[in-house]
Amino acid sequence: MSQERGFLPLDELYREVVLDHYRHPRGRAPLPRVDVTAHGHNPLCGDEIDVALAIDGERIEAVQVTGRGCAICTASGSIMAELLPGRTIAAAEATAETFRRLMHGEPPAAGADLGDLELLEGVQRFPVRVKCALLPWMTLRDALAAHRDGTPAAVTTTEGEAP
Amino acid sequence: MAVAPSPRTALQPHALAARFPILRRQVRGRRLVYLDNAATTQKPDTVLAALQRYYTLSNANVHRGVHTLAEEATALYEGCRARVARFLNAPSERGVVILRSATEALNLVARGWEHHLRAGDEVLLTEMEHHSNLVPWIMLARRRGVVLRHLPVRDDGELDLGALDTLLSPRTRLVALTHASNVLGTINPVADIAAAAHAVGALVVVDAAQSVPHMPVDFTALGADFLAFSAHKAYGPTGVGFLVATPELLEQLEPVQGGGEMIREVHLHRATWNDVPYRFEAGTPNIADAAAFPAALDLLEELTMEAVREHEVTLTGYALQRLHALGWLEVHGPRDPRRRSGLVSFYDPQLHPHDLAQILDAEGIAVRAGHHCAQPLMGRLGVPATARASFGVYNDTADVDALIDALIAARRYFGLPTESPS
Repeated sequence: MSQERGFLPLDELYREVVLDHYRHPRGRAPLPRVDVTAHGHNPLCGDEIDVALAIDGERIEAVQVTGRGCAICTASGSIMAELLPGRTIAAAEATAETFRRLMHGEPPAAGADLGDLELLEGVQRFPVRVKCALLPWMTLRDALAAHRDGTPAAVTTTEGEAP
Repeated sequence: MAVAPSPRTALQPHALAARFPILRRQVRGRRLVYLDNAATTQKPDTVLAALQRYYTLSNANVHRGVHTLAEEATALYEGCRARVARFLNAPSERGVVILRSATEALNLVARGWEHHLRAGDEVLLTEMEHHSNLVPWIMLARRRGVVLRHLPVRDDGELDLGALDTLLSPRTRLVALTHASNVLGTINPVADIAAAAHAVGALVVVDAAQSVPHMPVDFTALGADFLAFSAHKAYGPTGVGFLVATPELLEQLEPVQGGGEMIREVHLHRATWNDVPYRFEAGTPNIADAAAFPAALDLLEELTMEAVREHEVTLTGYALQRLHALGWLEVHGPRDPRRRSGLVSFYDPQLHPHDLAQILDAEGIAVRAGHHCAQPLMGRLGVPATARASFGVYNDTADVDALIDALIAARRYFGLPTESPS
């Protein structure tokens, strides 16, 4: 009997829509106005991401996501750029938390619409890649926290974050 | 078109592979192609049998009991020390400290030597060091105000020896460098650097984790004062590493851990130390894994390190040729396989190393993707991470061919072109 953990088909990790986000990432264009930025870094694999937000009161108006990362990190950031504009800060934070729970295999919180993020569900079966998927969202959370504190920029690192 | 190397080498990788039980297993339904030997090597059946034999027949604590098992366990443990000294042509087995890892050995030097150093003294490192030969010195610098300097890496992956004159001075007290880079493969001219270091009165610490398992290493000829390496990268068990020095130099090193084994006399308020090397081996050591390591060295000596080296030069040359021929990869390190150890790091600017390694894994191919515990070097190379294929005695050109096929398959999977731009 072999010691296989069960065959993990690659296509479960790299869904077609995920690959499309990777090849044609959304939200790359510079914003006319930037209210807060955050820089995210995953030192383990070298993923780097920059998130810039335009915020009007409680509402996120526009999102720019740039950087250099693997397919999973890039796709996750692209989906984020597609999902967030028009959402309130509270709704964006709820989405980040729901996605974090999904990646860690915890029961989902009610309410948040994950959109194409659902297609990253397969990532949780590849534990070392969970950090890649979460990096844009951790960076977003830090950007929102910085905005709340009235600082213009934050730095995020996934070092020490359990996979 | 790639040309297969001539089968001049004395090594028979296919026959050798049969002696490594793990190589018979499948991964994701495919034959395991293990190309992560710089991270750790697989273990031959003789090492597995030695482990089993130790626990089945001789398990006891060392250096204490007078009973038969204690004598046997002590003889096996001390046999490892003597075997390592002989393997490396070290001056005395009393100069071999048995530790947990090469990392622990480097930390022991950084900690144990610090009472000889004062603020403003300099330690010279290189830009291609593994974190295990960077962080202990960073910690030392914080404690003692010692200044760290770094020998630069040139674009061709070699150390910039021209900078040695300006970097070495009477303030330089230690020079710590790797014998062979775990990312670039570069084999550094340690003997030349050691001569220059000794001329200014500095001691030389060599991280030999990537050289001892892959080429003949002679401690005395190398000119090292301290040499660190680990068993698990040399076909031995995990959890055993060594610090090698002369017993006289070990006498000048302070013990870092206190406890049983390392003492001679203990009173309530003071204690005296045991002789070297035992004073650095507090607590019950990793007896079983040390007892099993000589079986790995037996294998290497049976093959001869000259033949092991020749095999890896041939295989690395073949891999370099095929990787370059793909046309889309940055291949790091010296072009001449004779100037490097048996590993190749490469970077596809259009495909992140993690995605690449994921596709390779689906093909049963194990490579390392990441920063290889060498983040400063990644910055120097201008890449976020690399993929690395590293070879062992059981690898052959069929493994390289499988890697190349999978690299092409990975590009196709992500919809990237696979025609060479030439």
